[in-house]
Amino acid sequence: MSGSDSRGSTLELEGIVKSYRRGKERTLVLNDVSLTVRAGEFVSLIGPSGSGKSTLFRMIGGVEKPDQGRVLIDGEDRTGHKGLISYMPQQAALFPWLKVEDNIRFALVSTGTPKREAKEQAAQWLERIQLGHVAKEYPHVLSGGMQQRISFLRALLMRRSVMCLDEPFAALDALTRADMQRWLLELWEADRRSVLFVTHSIEEALVLSDRIYVLSPAPATVLRELVVPFERPRRADVWTSPEFVELKREVLRLLEEGHSGTV
Amino acid sequence: MAFAIEEYTLPAPSDIAVKMYEDSAVLWTHVQATFGLALVGLALGTAVGIAVAVLLHIVPPFKTALSPLLVLSQNVPLIALGPLLIIWFGFGTTPKLILLVLVCFFPVALSILVGLGQAEPHLREYLGMIGASRWERFKRLEFPASLTYLFSGLRIAATYVVSSAIVAEWLGAGANTGIGFYLKLKFSGFQQAAVFGSIVCIVVMSLLFFYMVVLAERLVIRWRPRPEPEWKEASS
Ligand SMILES: Nc1ncnc2c1ncn2[C@@H]1O[C@H](COP(=O)(O)OP(=O)(O)OP(=O)(O)O)[C@@H](O)[C@H]1O
Ligand SMILES: [Mg+2]
Repeated sequence: MSGSDSRGSTLELEGIVKSYRRGKERTLVLNDVSLTVRAGEFVSLIGPSGSGKSTLFRMIGGVEKPDQGRVLIDGEDRTGHKGLISYMPQQAALFPWLKVEDNIRFALVSTGTPKREAKEQAAQWLERIQLGHVAKEYPHVLSGGMQQRISFLRALLMRRSVMCLDEPFAALDALTRADMQRWLLELWEADRRSVLFVTHSIEEALVLSDRIYVLSPAPATVLRELVVPFERPRRADVWTSPEFVELKREVLRLLEEGHSGTV
Repeated sequence: MAFAIEEYTLPAPSDIAVKMYEDSAVLWTHVQATFGLALVGLALGTAVGIAVAVLLHIVPPFKTALSPLLVLSQNVPLIALGPLLIIWFGFGTTPKLILLVLVCFFPVALSILVGLGQAEPHLREYLGMIGASRWERFKRLEFPASLTYLFSGLRIAATYVVSSAIVAEWLGAGANTGIGFYLKLKFSGFQQAAVFGSIVCIVVMSLLFFYMVVLAERLVIRWRPRPEPEWKEASS
């Protein structure tokens, strides 16, 4: 990719509080969540299902406003501002009436990529993730995992300095998942955007990130922030090192603690 | 004889066929006139329906203010409105077309209006997150999502358009074309076989319009797994 100008921005969340009304009651979902993704950093978010990770993304994307707290991008208050991040939703969210390549193309064009370039990139990258043969198909003929990869590609190619990925590889088999991780790392290492990455896989978080935030069950708070010390570019066999195993155990322990704390 | 049916109450199918054959040249010109009128009426009505729905959708205050008027437009009976339109617009095609537009635009507008509001929330949220403009949201999400609704409205409009055209022709005393005119003529002449002949023409044209819409829907909406043609296989 060309974007040498597209260096990452700093993303800061300050004391985000959010509750939803369910019937008569208000349920607190996010309880004072603060976290930072420094420019060019890769940060993962791990937390139990229902802890509010996707909700947090909606705050960052500006489609919902927090009850309290602020979203800062490059130090400026951007709470409730839309269109500043590149985003991959948890559900693939492809447009059923657009062919695969048009799904990618339109998203890129509407976020500022010139038309010609968007077309070339879509074609070239679909080929690269071995989905070139479905470029002219409508999404409903694709498998769930294929749709997810296309949604991933759409987020990856978007020219935004912060990228938020919500469980991008959840529906993939181990090998495809490893491929996707490799591409993500390659691209990220080339242009160093800031990435906030939600996953349920501790290994995945450890392989990819610089830091990991572990969230408690809802109402979510940050239980711990862990620094992942492995050198970049990551070796393919980091997961064999004793340090890796130790960190994994640590995260697992935190999640279990949070879990038993609520039961 | 208890079962004797006089020719002036119910002519035999053979009589109808013979009559239609005898009158075929005349019938054909009338069918063409009615078909053309219904087609233009349906097209205009659809265009008006789309325009009205889009306007009401984009400017929400209009929706609350004008929705009752939409319903009202359907409450005035054609046989009352027709003569009025003729007084205002003369005996040309204009009053007939206005009548057809009034009939056709309503189901189309109403169903699109529902469709425009139904767009998938996930997609709506996605567009919000990436910062798509209002226009993009309309163009990429709301309008395409409403197309299936448009077609269900169009099926209703297509079902009614031919018989409404007949009413318009029946009322439009000055103009002397169309099956409606033919029907009126034969009706007052007590030529029951010819009356039934025109009913055959009306039914056939109505079916034709309906299938044209079904076909158009198939051509336009290609992104769905093709639904089984329910009205064909429901009985089998
Ligand atoms: N619009 C809403 N109205 C009411 N409650 C909501 C709404 N959106 C989310 N919630 C609630 O907020 C909580 C967190 O949901 P969220 O989708 O953010 O979880 P998550 O951490 O992304 O979970 P998962 O890992 O399963 O994707 C859930 O209990 C959910 O029911
Ligand atoms: Mg989620």
